[in-house]
Amino acid sequence: MSEYRLEMKGVVKTFPGVKALDHAQLQLKPGHVHALMGENGAGKSTLMKCMFGIYKMDEGEIYYEGEKVNITDPLDALNKGIAMVHQELQPVPARSVAENIYLGRYPTKKFGPFTVVDHEKMYEDTAALLKRVRMNFDPKQKLGELSVSQMQSVEIAKAVSANCKVLILDEPTSSLTSNEVEALFRIIDDLKKEGVSIVYISHKMDEILRISDEVTIMRDGQYIGTWDCKGLTTDFIITKMVGRELTNLYPVRENKPSDEVVLKVENFTSIHPRSFRNCSFELHKGEILGVAGLVGAQRTELMEGVFGIRAHTEGKITYKGQEIQIHRPADAIKKGVALLTEDRRATGIMGVLSVADNISISSLDHYLKGGIMLDNKAIVDLVQENKEKMAIKVPSPKTAIRSLSGGNQQKVLIARWLANNPDVLILDEPTRGIDVGAKYEIYCIIADLAKQGKSIIMISSEMSEIIGMSDRVMVMCDGRVTGFIPGKEATQENIMALATQFN
Amino acid sequence: MEDTKKISGKKVKSWITNNAIIILMLVIVIAVGIMKPKFFGTSNLINTLKNISIRYIIALGISGCLITTGNDLSAGRVAGFAACLAAILAQKAGYSGRFYPNMPELPLLAIFAIVIAICAIFGLVNGLVVSYLKVQPFIATLGMQQIVYGICLVYTGANPIGGLRSDFTGIATQNILGIPVLILIAVVVAICFWFLYNKTRHGKYMYAIGGNENAAEVAGVNVPKTKIKIYILASCMFGLAGVLLAAKSGGASVQTAYGYELDAIAASTIGGVSTTGGVGTVPGVLVGVCVFEVLKVALQFMGIDSSYTYLVQGLVIILAVAMDIRKYLAKK
Repeated sequence: MSEYRLEMKGVVKTFPGVKALDHAQLQLKPGHVHALMGENGAGKSTLMKCMFGIYKMDEGEIYYEGEKVNITDPLDALNKGIAMVHQELQPVPARSVAENIYLGRYPTKKFGPFTVVDHEKMYEDTAALLKRVRMNFDPKQKLGELSVSQMQSVEIAKAVSANCKVLILDEPTSSLTSNEVEALFRIIDDLKKEGVSIVYISHKMDEILRISDEVTIMRDGQYIGTWDCKGLTTDFIITKMVGRELTNLYPVRENKPSDEVVLKVENFTSIHPRSFRNCSFELHKGEILGVAGLVGAQRTELMEGVFGIRAHTEGKITYKGQEIQIHRPADAIKKGVALLTEDRRATGIMGVLSVADNISISSLDHYLKGGIMLDNKAIVDLVQENKEKMAIKVPSPKTAIRSLSGGNQQKVLIARWLANNPDVLILDEPTRGIDVGAKYEIYCIIADLAKQGKSIIMISSEMSEIIGMSDRVMVMCDGRVTGFIPGKEATQENIMALATQFN
Repeated sequence: MEDTKKISGKKVKSWITNNAIIILMLVIVIAVGIMKPKFFGTSNLINTLKNISIRYIIALGISGCLITTGNDLSAGRVAGFAACLAAILAQKAGYSGRFYPNMPELPLLAIFAIVIAICAIFGLVNGLVVSYLKVQPFIATLGMQQIVYGICLVYTGANPIGGLRSDFTGIATQNILGIPVLILIAVVVAICFWFLYNKTRHGKYMYAIGGNENAAEVAGVNVPKTKIKIYILASCMFGLAGVLLAAKSGGASVQTAYGYELDAIAASTIGGVSTTGGVGTVPGVLVGVCVFEVLKVALQFMGIDSSYTYLVQGLVIILAVAMDIRKYLAKK
């Protein structure tokens, strides 16, 4: 009997044109939390999908409780006791909590000659499960009515219900508030005591160092090493992940915020009573205004309201001294405002279209020949110019944008907005889901834009990013603006105090 | 040596999968051509090309809707209505059953203009309903399909319309520089569509909406306006095709162009227009229409009962799209 619950050896997985996994390995001990780390594209999720039977390995072996196994599909994995909570939740929002948990394996009973779903048992079992993961909602509630974090708890309950021995959590805290993270950690602790091996994928160093027992680091699909978590430092992990020393997390900012107010928003109130209300703020020329707050503080909603994606009932926007009306994004864009949205895939990229199409879509008016015909050469030039300026890794302007990494997609989207030469850029979580190296490059781009005299609003849920990049920090809580802190005085504590003012 | 062989083998295989549809069509054409030499005769060729021309115009119209993940099920009925209206406007002055006995004979261009303008109204309504009432295109245009059919029934009293002027039916029979006018019209329409899709903002906006509607809106694309334009243009094409159909058949009835929308959707999809949006080209649609029409003619030539042709057509649609989709499926 091996000391490991599960062992993966020499895993190779090739996608067309990419070697996603190159002899990767992983060893899980019973009752341990094992952190799996690496930059985006390092192959963490791919390795987990191989373990869970979503992908087929080209080469490699999996040993489970000492025996060599062949995992053919997710159902097979579940039957063996391996469960996975995906980064992107895939629930059925229109059905109840219980139905989501027992989807595909409903408890049944005999009803005459028919086998029917045993609803009573399903709801009872669900209630017991929810209790076990310390959640108290009605098993009959529709999943779509829950918050993202609650949905995630349901996913974990689902994994627990399979009596799993290995539980994979792929970036479980990316959309959770700190209270919810604490609740998740308690669940993880309980499971650990029951002897479950947990694979924990996350980018958040403090979480990793707090809850993991071991760390395995991957880079470019390769196995770099496994270390005991005791005594590890953030710097060590980052160095191993990136493969080089990272001296500065944030660039030196040389922008000079002036007194000139570019954008002034007054008393902005959403049409939804629980969303943003009575929000007022000013943005100065050449300034980086960080917007901090907990998830649910309505920061995104407020900025999308200003940009015309969401409707407002009250409020006044003054832009360069003139009151303006914004009904849809096109109005804001015409004035010189840009918004890099939070969810790149949902409202940013147009996946099947080329990089050239994606980069030029907002600024097509600039490339007209004779009034109607587009100058495709000018568009290709635009791609080339940005490719060099921002170091975008893209083989050709015709490459479909969905085949690029998150960081490169984000750069393309920034380039899309810069092509319009805007004066105000609203960046909503500009580095979310982007690896450490590309993050620094994005910070440099932001700092450079501010230096050129552009005004920037940066929403971020990463406290260090807010403190490291902002000239001024605006804090929101529960749909309201709760205060402003000069960048130099901003600390985790004074931001959190304002961010939790109404809780 | 071994290695290069392997690679070239792979290349051949990928070339075959990428062009499976065209290869399929060629195989059918050659096989039928060998068995029935008349298949390659000029008259059959020209007649087939004329049919393709009309079908292509409808398919191009519908392609814009499909690329933006929409649809237009009213295509056939709008074309049928257009055919009836055109036939009514083009009846001979002395014809005893003339719909408007006292109407002067209109110039041909006026007939085209009137019919297309009226069809544009149907498209405008489709576009408004889809864009502002947010009714799913499938349902919105299904409703329009019924409405247009109703209008057509009421308007014509369900009577077939004949007695067309010879200059009108001449559109379908005459040649310019040895090329049939019908084919020339289709070529001009195709060139216009190619220009529209590849060289204009409207085209880029259309693909952007198909690629990701929310992202397009955020990027400043006026999504409702673009969609309305697409639906108007589509209906105009159905109108144009309807006029040509009336000219070609020398008359029209309420059943003219019945079910053409399904053929057009099938042909577009065979030609690589993705129903998930953002993908589709003008030449691709032509390939799809050709496969579909050639298949029909080939089956007729083989003397196969027309009842069976539906069976084969259905199989080909599924088969062609299944093969085509291999190109886009992410390998797991």
